[in-house]
Amino acid sequence: MELAIISGKGGTGKSSISAAFATLQNEVVLADCDVDAANLYLLFSPVHDEEHVFVSGHKALLDQEKCIHCGICVDYCRFDAIVENKHGVSILDTLCEGCLLCSRVCPYGAITIEEEDRSRYYAGHFKNGRMVYGRLAPGEENSGKLVSKVREKAKQIAKESGIERIIIDGPPGIGCSAISAITGVDAVLVVTEPSMSGVHDLKRTLQLTAGFSLPTSVLINKFDINRELSTEIEAYCNENDIEVVGKLPFDPVVVEAMVNCSSITDYAPDADISKLIMHLCNKIFTKS
Amino acid sequence: MTAMTIAFASGKGGTGKTFISTNLFNALQSSGLNMALVDCDAEAPNDREFLREGVFQGTCAVTQKVPVIDKSKCTYCRRCDEYCNFNAIFFLEEPPTIEVLEELCHGCGACSVACEYGAISEKDDLLGYVNRYRFSTGNELIEGRMEVGVHVSVEIIKAAIKSADAFDLVLLDSPPGTGCPFIQTVYRADYVVLVTEPTPFGLSDLKQSLAILKEMGIPCGVIINRADMGSNDARNYLIQENIPLLMSVPFGKEIAVAYSKGELVTNLNDDWMVKFTELYHAINKQFEAEI
Repeated sequence: MELAIISGKGGTGKSSISAAFATLQNEVVLADCDVDAANLYLLFSPVHDEEHVFVSGHKALLDQEKCIHCGICVDYCRFDAIVENKHGVSILDTLCEGCLLCSRVCPYGAITIEEEDRSRYYAGHFKNGRMVYGRLAPGEENSGKLVSKVREKAKQIAKESGIERIIIDGPPGIGCSAISAITGVDAVLVVTEPSMSGVHDLKRTLQLTAGFSLPTSVLINKFDINRELSTEIEAYCNENDIEVVGKLPFDPVVVEAMVNCSSITDYAPDADISKLIMHLCNKIFTKS
Repeated sequence: MTAMTIAFASGKGGTGKTFISTNLFNALQSSGLNMALVDCDAEAPNDREFLREGVFQGTCAVTQKVPVIDKSKCTYCRRCDEYCNFNAIFFLEEPPTIEVLEELCHGCGACSVACEYGAISEKDDLLGYVNRYRFSTGNELIEGRMEVGVHVSVEIIKAAIKSADAFDLVLLDSPPGTGCPFIQTVYRADYVVLVTEPTPFGLSDLKQSLAILKEMGIPCGVIINRADMGSNDARNYLIQENIPLLMSVPFGKEIAVAYSKGELVTNLNDDWMVKFTELYHAINKQFEAEI
């Protein structure tokens, strides 16, 4: 079973829940798909077995000696990434999307293309199984594609090692990397919190998972921060036939566990919150 | 005064970007500044949840060109597929099949240039909206809002920031992460405020964001949120690297409850009003020191 944990809004507790779920397994493949801000390796210090280069895209490079400032590339570029001023023509890296069109239309062969190959993804093992995670190099694009690579690798490892459970720690938001993190999974768990922004983002996230017809359930984290809104979230989920699979109270020990680089269930196995999470984890994995 | 753009960003999500930017906007409302707050987190825009008093002024659709292939003219030569660097053209030789995968298309127009048979035209695809809300002060909240199911928010962010051109002070509430939506937001900023939390996750993401901003040459400072819930590592790191700490916000039930209800702490009491006004002065001072 492949379970993806996402949230829409950041900071609702995806990674804490993913880490706890992972350390409650005898053998699991944990895929950290928040490739912009991969963090779970900090908790588990996995031993690397594999390192792969990820080519995230391309960038255009201008050869000033060949350029005659005809301006054709400037006209064709739709991303305003090529500018012409009194110093000549230059390409703005930040705006270039790597479509290569400028290099194709330049009659003088002045534009070459460079691969963006600073991103990596890794596979390794940790105490509860295997771990795959991606690290998108600063400013590089295509995080959705890197998420797909991380998931492919996780599936391959699971298959080869006969591991049944894959846990995906997803990115915030509902864009390309979140879409890549949930496409085709067996179950999606949306971690939310009872705040106006949490609810707003939850609704958008549920709209997304409904659009892909993915089996989705909701976890309300820190539900006691605002009980009234928690009740509203439950009502909304009920109306839309989405199961609220659990509610967790706010507990500072969760932050304490993170500061100590540990999952909450490893750090304080006897704490009430850990018991609630264990119960929740069983419920989710035995359901399907 | 000269126009200034300040972005509020963080690698990790949920550290308090929205909390800081909405409260700063509110605190400066009475200052007479000609100001706009732009919600650049188009995937999950939340500023409006806190700034409900703004009156809706209008909306502007953000679209992108996507190709339409006229199959009666297509010779299945595959040139468009070769030109497309985003795998957005699905091609099959037998039986001859060609389709546009719109969600992968960046709208670069390369396929139109490639086609020698006039088989490719373009249509506008809706990506999202830029919504404007005006306050009695004349200040505005400008919100980028991506349609659910759209993959990339970059064009919406660009359009939203462009709509704020006429203002003297522009605050940008950035999306989380360090990918293209973040880059497109901070690219337009004169100064970036990174909001972090004192956990190993927060610190790791902070370091990554700082490295990018350094590479881009944009001056920045840091706010530590929930400063008392965690370790001193972030604070020590800032001292060691000589990065200004602009403000520390302790964890407080008062803040958490206000935030959950969509309320601004700067409306709760004057202390917060003073703290956020001081934050603005601290940013200005740092910015001037940098230039």
